[in-house]
This record gives sequence, structure tokens and C-alpha cells, in this order.
Amino acid sequence: MAYVVPKESYNGKVLNVDFGKGDKALVIGGENALPFLSFEGELPNRPVIACEIQDTPPTDWPETVRNVYKDVSGDPVTWAKYCQNDLKAKAIALRLVSTHPDRDNRSAEDAAKTIKDVLSAINVPLIILGSNHIEKDASVLVAAAEAASGYNCIIGKAQEGNYKTIVAAALAHNHKLIAMSELDINLAKQLNILITQMGFDKEKLITDPMCSALGYGLEYTYSVMERIRLAGLMQNDATMQPPILGDVGMYVWKVKETVASEADVAEWGPLEERGTAWEALTATAMLIAGTNLLIMRHPKAISIVEKTIAELT
Amino acid sequence: MALTGVQIFKLLPKTNCKKCGFPTCLAFAMALAQAKVDLAKCPDVSEEAKKTLGEASAPPIRTFNLGTGEKAVKMGGETVLFRHDKKFFNPCALAVNIKDNSSDDELVKIATGVVSSEMDRVGQKLRVDAISVEYASGNVSQYEKAVKLVAEKAPDAALILNCKDAAAAESAVKAVAARKPLLYGAAAENAEAMAAIAKTHGVPLCACAQGLDALSALTEKLQGLGINDLVLDSGAKTAKEIIEHNTQIRRSALKKGFKPLGFPILNCVIRDGSAFEAAVATVSIAKYASIVVLSSIEKWKDLALFTLRQNIYTDPQVPMQVEQKIYKIGEPSAASPLMITTNFSLTYFIVSGEVENSKVPSRLAVMDSEGLSVLTAWAAGKFTAAKIAQFIKDSGIESEITHKELIIPGQVAILSGALEDKLEGWKIVVGPREANAIPTFLKTRAS
Repeated sequence: MAYVVPKESYNGKVLNVDFGKGDKALVIGGENALPFLSFEGELPNRPVIACEIQDTPPTDWPETVRNVYKDVSGDPVTWAKYCQNDLKAKAIALRLVSTHPDRDNRSAEDAAKTIKDVLSAINVPLIILGSNHIEKDASVLVAAAEAASGYNCIIGKAQEGNYKTIVAAALAHNHKLIAMSELDINLAKQLNILITQMGFDKEKLITDPMCSALGYGLEYTYSVMERIRLAGLMQNDATMQPPILGDVGMYVWKVKETVASEADVAEWGPLEERGTAWEALTATAMLIAGTNLLIMRHPKAISIVEKTIAELT
Repeated sequence: MALTGVQIFKLLPKTNCKKCGFPTCLAFAMALAQAKVDLAKCPDVSEEAKKTLGEASAPPIRTFNLGTGEKAVKMGGETVLFRHDKKFFNPCALAVNIKDNSSDDELVKIATGVVSSEMDRVGQKLRVDAISVEYASGNVSQYEKAVKLVAEKAPDAALILNCKDAAAAESAVKAVAARKPLLYGAAAENAEAMAAIAKTHGVPLCACAQGLDALSALTEKLQGLGINDLVLDSGAKTAKEIIEHNTQIRRSALKKGFKPLGFPILNCVIRDGSAFEAAVATVSIAKYASIVVLSSIEKWKDLALFTLRQNIYTDPQVPMQVEQKIYKIGEPSAASPLMITTNFSLTYFIVSGEVENSKVPSRLAVMDSEGLSVLTAWAAGKFTAAKIAQFIKDSGIESEITHKELIIPGQVAILSGALEDKLEGWKIVVGPREANAIPTFLKTRAS
């Protein structure tokens, strides 16, 4: 029996989304085959890893990853420059956690100023993230979108409860937009439809089906991502064709396996290796499921995943 | 590939003799198509039909064990390409490779490392399953000695004999034949000799070739030599080759019914850098490998890979559940808060994680809701006032704490009135709707 390569024919294609400007601008998506299957399609753009920073010192991050940035994380501009210049980050994701009412409850104007300062200090593309507080994000991201006007950023996350104002701001200031729903392909689809019905171009959307850490629901995120990809490629479902985001760092760096010291759980081995492996493996699984854009924290985990991407492409 | 009832009917005697217990041959054929009955029930079926139907009913990916005994790993038998389509059945084996010219200390260290690798996670016992001993010394007796030493020190581990030299393989297989080692392996140039050894000792054989054309030709040859328990090594080196080859193998077997590739897959992912190796292993585990060969095992790496394997092989239709009981978080005193939630593992992980983040010592009552999340369990009538009240009363918690205050999830605030009726003397407090608000909630109450 002669072997014949079993190729799938795909009807659809993942949309191209570009962000940033100048020679550091990036493009994600564009593939017309399942992740890394170059034998049956075009995979024009490799996945991108953005390095995560915050607008306030990361007191809530565990020591393993907090220590890496201890000399630079006092100020977001210094932190962003460190990621770009020393870590060679291809993109930076700035999370405006201090605006959360339970944190410092900083104002939208404060956030806008931080955005301006960071943008003028770097030339790699910027992803601007709210504090994941539905009401507050609506005002913060509107101010942030305006402050970043002309920089072709990715802003997010627009969710069911606040998408209207955020979509309008992204539209007005010409940014790309992350649409986030909670671990359900139908919710992801519905939100994309609602957003495009507002006149927002689907070619400017990025889907975040909600990440989960290894051991803490990774299998749900993995399968939702695979199903989104299959719907976009096999059934040519246009609402399921935006690139996918894996916001890995924030979900990984709070689970017990990345926090508990070796003194507490000797059977789990050294904490630093464990924590970085946890982030790297979560991210790798997301890539295999279809993620185009990753947001990560630990430089060692990022470099492992970069190496893995290099081997996969 | 599976035949339809009508296709099967054409191969039957069509006598309607009823000896099979069915009124007609057609009814029997329909039952056969659904795998509800065995072909042997038909006394008059022809040899030709037996052969055709037997082949058609064989699983598309052959199933057999790696190793022996209780800790043997079942391989193959998969039926889908994507876990959401049904589930992945047989979690892949993790193996660690060691060269036979390592010192005795190193060999013993690997063997005992495998023995002590077992961990418990969400009620499952997870471990490194196999040791691969590589023939690197060029010395037949040294190889046999190393294999025996590892086998003796790791009495439950599956063994892989990583050896392409027939003489060395023969003596090593003979020494540990009772353990049913996987012989790894047969290539085009040594196929006859390796097949003879595998056949004589009844052990599985790994076919090693460069690319899937050559691999298919090799497995056909080995099957022709009487070997049926085969494992596939396509020579995939890079992560890209791993995902592409493994996908093509799984698709060929399941979608094309291509028998030469209907076997479990072995990937060797040995890399410089243990964390990088674990990342490449992630690709193999997610995409269809049945055996993943590593260069080292460390506790942190084992934990991460075990967890990943468990996640990928979880049944998507059966929610993971945790045991019903009242969990202590931190070191709660008799006055510490008591919260309740359902036993869906994700709910438990997220809620307990946030309670832990709050640094407020607490008790978390986790109620059996058949693995449903809070709102779903409430809607399904499994997280009701009556059931919660019963659980709290039966738990005996009343004698352990000095207060009678129960914090319920904000999603089911509606239950608070009914619960106060059913739990006499208790005060019901409505907690946050989302787990991420728990730290603030608990801290505010504590201050």
C-alpha cells in the first residue's frame, strides 16, 4: 500500500492583523492551515510574544518573576525600555492594574499619561490592557485609546459588559481590539458579531477566549481555541477568523505551582525552574491550539517559547 | 475502515437461519455494524468474510501495552484527531533515556528516580513510566549488564531497549524478556534480525525510518515477518517534524484507514536544556505521541509534564471533580470564615486559590454537585438550599467553629433566605459573584 500524504483542504483563512508602526510593526495571523502544518497551507506570520509590564510595581507577582524586574519595575517607562532594549522584546503589553478600584483606583487621566510616557520611550508595538474591571476599563481604555492615537496599538479587553464604549474608542483612534469572552466558543462568536455590528472591521479584531494555566483548566482553553480555529478554517466561519490571544502570564503566575516554595512542597522541586516551566508549557500548549499572540512575564520562559517557535516554523 | 450494515450483509450467507439469534441475516449485519455482536455467532460464515470483516472491525490504531503488570501503559486505540470530538483515551508514556556506558551510580540513580517519580494530582497517580537504555558502549555484555541493573532497580518500570545491534539486542531482550521490553528498533537494514528477536521473545518492536513513505514500507515488511505489536518512529527530529509527522500518521490511520501507520507513535525529544526539552515534549504530548523519550527527569519537570498529560487526556464530557469536604486554607481558627462552593475542579481551584491569595485563614466547604460549577449546579437543582443545609449539618462543622455564619457565592444570592430557614440559627452572607473579588471581600471583613 503506497503512502499518500493525508492533506486537509481548508476553506477559510485566519485574518491578518498588523500592529505598531514603522519598521518594528508586526503582523499576526494570515494562515490557512492548522497551527504549524506547513505541508498543507501557508503560514506567513510566526506567533508573537509580548512581554508584560504594569503601571505599578508588581507587588502581586510572585518573587520568581518579580525579582527579574526589581530594578526597573518602579516605573513603567524604565520597565518598558528594559524589555525592549535588554530583553529584546518584540512587543510590550502594558497592564493598567493600578486603575482597579481595589488597587490604587488611579484615574483614566493618570493612565493616559502613563501610556503617553511609555509610547514615547519605545518603538516596539504596544498592547494596552485594562485592569479587568468592567466599568472602570470602559473609561480607562477610552482615555488610553485617545492617548495612543496614531500608534496603531492593540487595546483590550472589550467584554460583553463594556464593549460598546471600548469599541467606539478603538474605532475613533484606529487601534486593534481584543474581544474577550469566558471559555465558550459561542460567547466568543457572539461578542465578535456584536462588535462588528457596530461597524468595527473584523480584520482589526483579536479573540481572547480566556486563558487558563496548566493544571487549572488549560484543557478548556485548549479545546475552545482548537474549535475556534477549526470553525474559521474548515467551515469558513468569518466570525471565527480573527487571530487568537493567549494572555498566559497573569493566569500562570498565581497558581500554587508557581508560588509555593520548595520548603513547602519538596516533592515539586525548585521553584524557579518550576515556575518558568509552568509558563513556558502553558504557552506552548496554547500555540499548538492556535494562539497567534502570547502575553508572558518571565524572560526565561519567553526565551524557551521563542526557541520552540523557531523549531516549529 | 468500518463497513456499513449493507456491506456486511453482502458477505453473510443470506440464509436467515436464525442460529445467530437474529431473525434475519440483515438484522445480524446491522448489529455487527454497530459492534453490538460478535461475528462468531454466525456458524456458516465463510473464511473470506471472516477475513474481510475481521480487518474492518480491527481498531484503526492497534492497542497493546508497554511493559507488564499494574503499571503497564496502554498505547494506541485512539479514535479522534481532536480531544473535543470525543476524548483521547490512553495517556502517553513518559520515558527517560540513559546510555549503557554510564556509571553504575548513574544507572541506579535514573532507575530510582523513575521509581520515586510517582505523584498524586486530582486523585490520579502519575509517574515516569519507562526507562530507555541506549546501546552506546559497543559492548554486548556491558549492555546486558546495564539493562539488568536498571530492570532490577526499577521493578515496575517499562523498559525500552534503545539498540539497533542485533547481537546486543538479543542478549538484552533475553535477559529481561519477562518484562516485555520494547525493542527500539528495527530499521530497513536490520529488519529481519530484529523481527526474529521480537518474535522469539514475544516483545513489541519499534519501526524506525526517515519519513512516512519509508516507515510505511518498513511496517508492512515487519508485519509480513509476523510482527503485529509495532511502534512508529518516523525520524522526526524538530518540533515541526514532530507535529507534522504525528498529524499525518494519526490522520492516515483514522481518516484513510491506512493500516501500515495504524500504530502508536514514539517521539524522542532529547534537547540541550531541560526546560526546552519539556516544551518540545509538550508538542508531542498534545499531538498524538504514545511514548515521549526525554534525556532527564527532574521533579519540577515531571510535575509540569504529568499535569499537561493529564489536562490533554481529561475526558471533555466528564468534569473533573474534587472530593466533598470542608477544606482548611491557611490555619483557620474556630472564628475564621466559612465559605461554600461546588466540587467542579476548576471552581475549587479558582476559589481556593483566591482564598489563599487573601491570606485570610478560612474554611472552604466544597459540596458534591457532580462536578458542576456554581450557577449550573444551582440551575440543575444540585446546589439548593435544602442540599446545602443538609451538607452543613452532616459535616459536623457546627462543633468546630464558634460562629454560625456561612458565606455563599454571589451567583446564588437568591438562596440566602431559604437557607436561613433551613439552617436554623445560621446567618447567611452573600459573597462576591466572581472569585477574583474574594481577596478584597475577605480582607475587608477581617479588618
